Amino acid sequence: MKKRKSSGLVWTIILTIAALLWVYPIFMILFNSLKKESAINTASAFSLPVPDTFAGFENYINAIGSKGFLSSLTFSLFITLTSVAAILICCSMCAWYITRVNGKLSQILYYLFVFSMVVPFQMVMFTLSQTADRLKLNTPWNIWVIYLGFGAGLAVFMFCGFVKSIPVEVEEAAMIDGCNPLQTFFLIDIHILKPTMISVGILEAMWVWNDYLLPTLVLDIKKYKTIPMLIQYFRGSYGKVEMGPMMASIMLTVIPIIIVYLAGQKYIIKGVAAGAVKG
Amino acid sequence: MEKALKRYAPIFVLPTFLAFVIGFILPFLQGLYLSFCKFTTVENAQWVGISNYIAAIKDTSFTDSFTFTLMFTVVSILAINVIAFALALLLTQKLAGTNIFRTIFFMPNLIGGIVLGYIWQILINCILSITAQPLLALNKPAGYWGLIILMCWQQIGYMMIIYIAGLQNVPEDLIEAAFIDGAGKWDALWRIKIPMVMSSITICVFLTLTNSFKLFDQNLALTGGDPNHTTEMLALNIFQTFYARSGMQWKGYGQAKAVIFCALVILISMLQLRATRSREVQQ
Repeated sequence: MKKRKSSGLVWTIILTIAALLWVYPIFMILFNSLKKESAINTASAFSLPVPDTFAGFENYINAIGSKGFLSSLTFSLFITLTSVAAILICCSMCAWYITRVNGKLSQILYYLFVFSMVVPFQMVMFTLSQTADRLKLNTPWNIWVIYLGFGAGLAVFMFCGFVKSIPVEVEEAAMIDGCNPLQTFFLIDIHILKPTMISVGILEAMWVWNDYLLPTLVLDIKKYKTIPMLIQYFRGSYGKVEMGPMMASIMLTVIPIIIVYLAGQKYIIKGVAAGAVKG
Repeated sequence: MEKALKRYAPIFVLPTFLAFVIGFILPFLQGLYLSFCKFTTVENAQWVGISNYIAAIKDTSFTDSFTFTLMFTVVSILAINVIAFALALLLTQKLAGTNIFRTIFFMPNLIGGIVLGYIWQILINCILSITAQPLLALNKPAGYWGLIILMCWQQIGYMMIIYIAGLQNVPEDLIEAAFIDGAGKWDALWRIKIPMVMSSITICVFLTLTNSFKLFDQNLALTGGDPNHTTEMLALNIFQTFYARSGMQWKGYGQAKAVIFCALVILISMLQLRATRSREVQQ
């Protein structure tokens, strides 16, 4: 018994070191973003800021004040919220229908959705951006239609898995009591599906928020930039990249994610595990 | 109930279906058609038969990026799954601080590919310049291993969560029974735990396989294909064919490459699913 305890301690120490190494890249960006522009260079990248090189929040103020950061943040937030809301409502309804109504149509739809999950984005990227242009779906206000279409596969697939586990009797009872299908779904099933909604919502939100290629191709880059587009643009367009504000903007996009994660990690980790079991 | 429900089909199915047609089915079919055409926009397509496919296969940058992608995929699948499984085993042993470790290891997964790529580009370039080696833009091996490390950093936490969920489902009494029958720790691992979590292994290998094979953002941000397109993976190669060159023929080549890419992804993932599914045991 004693031996086991000490080996447990050894493993805890090893894991602690691994965990520290794991978060190191983020901390490195954090403390470099607090240095003065002149003090950021490859030779001293691993040293902490000292009073001489400490710049306070100057880089952060520059990054937030720079053209486009706040509007990018707003676009990213808006696109993520509308897309995830659309995916959750539309796909859960669709999944409920195709699990409850058996028939050729449901089956074909189901397999099409599953198929779409495997197809790489490069297959459709050109034609999708052209379709979006033609249908005027190329603004942040309605790009959610595209996200709904391209993200439907995973969402419908996951919802189908969970709807199967809801007893039909509950719904039949509601129907006998006079509910129409819409009422049955919105008054009964939606509550049973709540945990799944959270899981699917988190997975889709992570995807939309971090997505780079789809908005780059669909949106007009001169007018609208999401956060990943802004970071890529930041790097690509200047002759000399200003490292300070660059690292500050990286931190500004990473910190909210970490806060959301720490607040909702119970759901996020559950969502990942649940998504995988059904996937 | 089905009858009543069928009358509501338009409300339930139509919104998703319409968006699905716009966002997937239509572009997919159009893409398939355009791979046989010469075009710069969807309107001016001219049928050219299979010449795009021939050009795509003859394009050495495409075949090189295929080799690179394959080498990257094999190594990253092995590294990610072995490390993630080992971590999951450790974190199901009731050690102190399990939850904190789980939280930390999962964290990089939430950061997007572009941002991840830049974080590691800065870090790796610093290490390279301190050890007086060429920077990422001129250093293919560093680009390759950098991509692998980056991919591990991002994916290990995610796979670890799936493995933990799998390991927690292995019934305790099964392992106890094995110990009573004289099994050692390794026997318990190889003969019970691994066969029992085979379905998690299927999922994780599937996810790492498709994620690695389709990798784009991280590749673009970390190396951008430098030096001289040698660290370019398939997805980036297709993107460059589409958008980095001008001329009537390139979009057709790109679309043909994309169809080949798509077929490869489907084929490889089907083979993998079949191979690991057959080893799963029913509880």
